[in-house]
Amino acid sequence: MRVIGILWLRQLIRQWRSRARIIGALGQPLLFLLSFGFGFGPVFARAGAGNYLQFLAPGVIGMGVVFSGMFSGMDLIWDKQFGFLRETLVAPVPRWQIMFGRTAGGATVAMLQGLLVALACVPVGFRPASLTQLPLALTFVALTAFMFTALGTGIASLVEDFHAFPLIMNFLVMPLFFLSGALFPLNGTGTLGVIATFNPVAYAVDGLRGSLTGTWHFGASLDLAVMGLVTLAFLGVGTLLFERVEA
Amino acid sequence: MIEARELVRRFNEFVAVDHVSFEVAKGEIFAFLGPNGAGKTTTIRMLTTLLEPSEGQIFIDGLDVARHRAEVRQRFGIVFQDPSLDVELTALENLRIHGVLYGVSRRDCLARGESLLRRFELWERRNDPVKRFSGGMKRRLEIARGLLHTPRVIFLDEPTLGLDPQTRNQLWSHVRHLNETEQVTVFLTTHYMDEAEKVAQRIAIIDHGRIVAQGSAAELRDRTGTDSLEAAFLALTGAQIRDEVAEGSDFMRQMVRSRSR
Repeated sequence: MRVIGILWLRQLIRQWRSRARIIGALGQPLLFLLSFGFGFGPVFARAGAGNYLQFLAPGVIGMGVVFSGMFSGMDLIWDKQFGFLRETLVAPVPRWQIMFGRTAGGATVAMLQGLLVALACVPVGFRPASLTQLPLALTFVALTAFMFTALGTGIASLVEDFHAFPLIMNFLVMPLFFLSGALFPLNGTGTLGVIATFNPVAYAVDGLRGSLTGTWHFGASLDLAVMGLVTLAFLGVGTLLFERVEA
Repeated sequence: MIEARELVRRFNEFVAVDHVSFEVAKGEIFAFLGPNGAGKTTTIRMLTTLLEPSEGQIFIDGLDVARHRAEVRQRFGIVFQDPSLDVELTALENLRIHGVLYGVSRRDCLARGESLLRRFELWERRNDPVKRFSGGMKRRLEIARGLLHTPRVIFLDEPTLGLDPQTRNQLWSHVRHLNETEQVTVFLTTHYMDEAEKVAQRIAIIDHGRIVAQGSAAELRDRTGTDSLEAAFLALTGAQIRDEVAEGSDFMRQMVRSRSR
């Protein structure tokens, strides 16, 4: 436990010392919130779909968590390049503990980043529908954070250098985000809606939106079940891939 | 303290290490020398549990490395050829993480950390992020960290690479001092023959994956009829530059990357 704890703490300390990273990770979600929120808001309202900002904010919060989680996983590439990973891999501790410590730390960072985005949504005009649902919303934030930190760590176990990073963002994370229903309602989107049922980000966004605004697409139990399973699967596969990293 | 018996490591057809045997006594400073691509790093990787030998056996402190990986890891410290510090963290934080990884209690970690940092003249800078350290300071910190869990053996893989003569000199005097006071066995590689000659009690020279000579610096000089270890080294391994072998070693590194864990 001490090993997992110290590696968890290390991720937090590193994030805390890198204020630029904290601010930087806020930029993209807020850009989406402001441009899309105010840009499409009137159209959304005219279509009779209600307040777009309320609809969009949970998606943007989810985006913040997903991106931070992936990015935390990518810290592994950094540690490979700058050598610290070896220090942990040659130590007399099981690999899975190293993987769990890293993932827990990265996921905590992603959760905090998501909370920052959520806070930033409030002055823009976002209001959670019910405070009693906040613990459920936090559960979804935590699941999303673990899911994508584990995924990022697993992928980073396979790659040697930073060149892969933009590729992964452009061809995996961005499509997952755009096809998730974070930006538009999935109802009546036909094929898009079908694709979304295979997209874990869609469940994350739905869980957040449901618990924060009361509007569900898949429903809380399905969201929780799918996300729980996928998170476990990503943790498992991530651990297997991490076991194979060469020291 | 370290015993290698008939070690062989193959990467497909390429034999990187070819029936290598040697023994390092407790408290000894042992230098493992060889041209680039001769098999030094492959041997160190096998000795430090990072790579499994194709054949042969390794014993560290009497323990079979293949069967007691975790116990063996607890017994050695290693300073890799490439840096392995977290440069965003401070010197003390790096030591703290190492202490936890090696099961050192918090109190021991602080006490021993302080004495090591003082010895390596880093105590004043203990709360500075490592990214503000010079190359020599980082190396010293890595050695201090490698010794934190009081290992029986420390492996130093080209620890003085890229350092100026003053820093190198100072670093070796620290290592020698620790070797004398703590009886820690030192297994080192270096390309600076004068260092090996000054520091090491015994030397093994490896070339093309085979040990070509073993003994004290004086014995190697006598055997080759030369007056310096460098001349003896060149007499034993030839004066050619190892372009071909270097390619072999690149190939080897790729193989290591794809096949080991």
